[in-house]
Amino acid sequence: MSSLAQKKGFGATVWDYLTTVDHKKIAILYLMSGGFFFLLGGLEALIIRIQLAVPNSDFISAGLYNEVLTMHGTTMIFLAAMPLIFAFMNAVVPLQIGARDVAFPFVNSLGFWLFFFGGVFLNLSWFMGGAPDAGWTSYASLSIASEGHGIDFYVLGLQIAGAGTLIGGINFLVTIINMRAPGMTYMRMPLFTWTAFVTSALILFAFPALTVGLFLMMFDRMFGSNFFDVANGGNTIIWEHFFWIFGHPEVYILVLPAFGIFSEIIPHFSRKRLFGYSSMVFATVLIGFLGFMVWAHHMFTVGLGPIANAIFAVATMAIAVPTGIKIFNWLLTMWGGSMKFTTPMLYAVAFIPSFVAGGVTGIMLASAAADYQFHDTYFVVAHFHYVIVGGVVFALLAGTHYYWPKMFGTMLNDFLGKISFWLFFIGFHLTFFIQHFLGLMGMPRRIWKFLPGQGFETGNLVSSIGAGFMGAAVIILVFNIIMTQVKGVKVGNDPWGDGRTIEWAIPSPPPFYNFKQTPLIRGLDAYWLEKMEGKNGLTPAEPIGDIHMPNNSILPLVISFGLFVAAFGAMYRPDGEAWALPVLVIGLLITLGSMFLRSVIDDHGYHIHKEDLMDDDKGGKA
Amino acid sequence: MKARLTKWRLFSIVAIMALILSGCGEPFLSTLQPAGEVAQTQYDLMILATLIMVLVIIVVVIVYAVAIIRFRRKKGDTTIPKQVEGSHTLEILWTVIPIILLLILAVPTVTATFQLADTKAMDKKDADGNREALVVNVRANLYWWEFEYPDQKIITSQDLVVPTDKKVYFNVTASDVKHSFWIPAAGGKIDTNVDGVNTFFLEFDGEKSEEAGGVFYGKCAELCGPSHALMDFKVKALPQDEFATWVEDMQSAGEPKPTSDLAQQGQEIFNQKCLSCHAVSPEDGRPESARLAPNLATFGERNRIAGILEHNEEELKNWLEDPEQYKPGNKMTGTYGELSDEEMDALAEYLMGLKVQD
Repeated sequence: MSSLAQKKGFGATVWDYLTTVDHKKIAILYLMSGGFFFLLGGLEALIIRIQLAVPNSDFISAGLYNEVLTMHGTTMIFLAAMPLIFAFMNAVVPLQIGARDVAFPFVNSLGFWLFFFGGVFLNLSWFMGGAPDAGWTSYASLSIASEGHGIDFYVLGLQIAGAGTLIGGINFLVTIINMRAPGMTYMRMPLFTWTAFVTSALILFAFPALTVGLFLMMFDRMFGSNFFDVANGGNTIIWEHFFWIFGHPEVYILVLPAFGIFSEIIPHFSRKRLFGYSSMVFATVLIGFLGFMVWAHHMFTVGLGPIANAIFAVATMAIAVPTGIKIFNWLLTMWGGSMKFTTPMLYAVAFIPSFVAGGVTGIMLASAAADYQFHDTYFVVAHFHYVIVGGVVFALLAGTHYYWPKMFGTMLNDFLGKISFWLFFIGFHLTFFIQHFLGLMGMPRRIWKFLPGQGFETGNLVSSIGAGFMGAAVIILVFNIIMTQVKGVKVGNDPWGDGRTIEWAIPSPPPFYNFKQTPLIRGLDAYWLEKMEGKNGLTPAEPIGDIHMPNNSILPLVISFGLFVAAFGAMYRPDGEAWALPVLVIGLLITLGSMFLRSVIDDHGYHIHKEDLMDDDKGGKA
Repeated sequence: MKARLTKWRLFSIVAIMALILSGCGEPFLSTLQPAGEVAQTQYDLMILATLIMVLVIIVVVIVYAVAIIRFRRKKGDTTIPKQVEGSHTLEILWTVIPIILLLILAVPTVTATFQLADTKAMDKKDADGNREALVVNVRANLYWWEFEYPDQKIITSQDLVVPTDKKVYFNVTASDVKHSFWIPAAGGKIDTNVDGVNTFFLEFDGEKSEEAGGVFYGKCAELCGPSHALMDFKVKALPQDEFATWVEDMQSAGEPKPTSDLAQQGQEIFNQKCLSCHAVSPEDGRPESARLAPNLATFGERNRIAGILEHNEEELKNWLEDPEQYKPGNKMTGTYGELSDEEMDALAEYLMGLKVQD
């Protein structure tokens, strides 16, 4: 079988990606679709900033504005940040722990396709009567009152995408617990893997709350129940609790892997091991744990009473301690190191002060009595963009540059990368810093327009100009990516030069079986250890032997597609459309049928034979 | 000497920060120019939090700046820095110090949270069984506000009238979707839920209110639909005696008495097309559910038309012509048919004449 190195036609390549169960290809699928939704969400952000550039603007109508702001938030969180995080988890975690794939490759592919079809479904709302318009939080009284199908798209789209995320999280939990190479104890795991691990646990506990909330909303809107209808004994505050019991951990689901990416980049380009590794692990776990204790700080003004407010205020403040530990550990990692300012390192270095700024405003918001002033103003908008852009998006951009060679075998242009970085960094602070003051000056968030004479003009104009800078930065990044792939200059195993973790010991991109021989992990930063002892590669833990691999399958795509079809049926059935019920049934049949097929067809996978591996010394590509 | 010096420094930092922050925003709208006890408490907390945070930022920035300046890699440098595992002393230090800093913030936070939630005075009655405190029932609607003074038995809309230098207690609720009641200069917001009534209090400082021109801006702070951004209201803060006069005027206003023929015509049109939703007497005995639109008893004395437009006849006519253009998604559009120019003139004359004070 000489399948290890062969050229394929375009059609075959597409089919390969549609059916792939290889974590590295799924990573690329996540990266591409997450990147696409990121551009879409960015476009929506620009529309918002154009509308708010001048007072009393009529660039877009009020109803459309609410749709744009809702879709900006929903897209950025669920369809851009989450999948991009999953892209890096897929690309890196199995390599970092010395595994040949994730624990459940089929489920991994299913997770992607569920996310993909959920995202497509949600965005089809633009062409089918209007997008959701109740904000990404979709608070119950407003979302129940919202006319048209916008909210239905939100509920069904997120339900499908959320299921994908949930099974993805479970998959990584199992992978990290079970598939570590010999010698890789928990306390030898690279920090990115640790954060992926804690994030997966958070997904496991947080997403069910969203699922339940969305189900209740779905029943209310499509099947005539009254969970959130006060006139019939329902309660709308329950939705807020469900949403934030999910929504707050969600923030940590996003930011912990971001911390993980920076915890890889900073030691790499400082040529120095991560300072206080064990306290970093401890802080990660603690943040994950405390993340579940603080959801009601989003609800200080709801009227929960002073006891609840005080408890949640103090609990929220407590999160600052482990976060502070992390910040100082990064600083001390750089201290005494030998820092090289590549593009990923620039993002990492810029992240520290940006995130500290977002963190301290978080503490200010935690002060319940003062939060009555901050809540639902541009101060909050500024705060969470400092955390999510300054933390998560910086990490995703840094990770894109840092892991690009490992994922694609080529290096993004460092010069263009730096230009794009500076534009993004300046644009980011220009856009969001002034919004703190707009909020304190009395500007509520989610407003379609502001009237003149309230002192909001200058701040909003500055903010909009900043957004333009960020837009330019993203365009340059896209240009950089296209140019790099067109040129296609291949790079070696450890292109950044100071790789510490074992993914840098294997070819870029790695062969589809990752490790010819499962490596033996002899300590933290295993590859660095080997290099310091003058060795070229990793110490193998096994002789070369046959490798068992899973077969590709189109079923994950079909399962997800069935739910996509069923969602249309569910949505239009209450309108009395005759075709809706059959469509709902057919969709579910497609899904259940392919699940049945998956259950009854025995698929034992295949083996790569020892001889082929021996021939394949250069590490071919599938 | 040294202690005094640090005290001085701290004082000057506070002074400078207060100066910078108070330069921000308009006195009738900004949380940074507090015009009452509640806003002041919250402002003090903000300043305390900001000071602590600035302290943290300074420490981080110093370590950060030194690190990225001193430890840059020279070209061609291949030395391997010492691989430091960590430092227990440092780690304990940067765990304990933040905890102390947070405690400094947590204690006043908890105190203030309880203090601002104290509305016991609402239930206090004097010997005759009358409530001593002034209570206003706030009802938020798409996209207007109703203010009912239950003990005075009067109702007004859009312009909240309050006495200065006295605690005013609020019962807040919403009648359609969730909104949030916010007067930034006077204090933080509270949500008007559809599920029940929230209570809180505000206080309006007399001097600050004069500086702000006697009128504060109020906002809806929770996304409630297309015109969420335009759901503004105004707060007229009156000295206590003037407030008492206003209440008496409201109580004795009764039904409106048009003074001109044109206004008379306007009243007829109004009674035919508008009265089923809009009341024009400050005393409206109907239940909340029947009060579908703002009470217009004080319309002629309002600060704005529909909460957002300049208060003059021209804007009033514009508004009546096409409310949808000014407040998309409002509930008035299309409920009263087309108005001819003559009808419009008469209606405007009548509405602008709706006043309870001379």
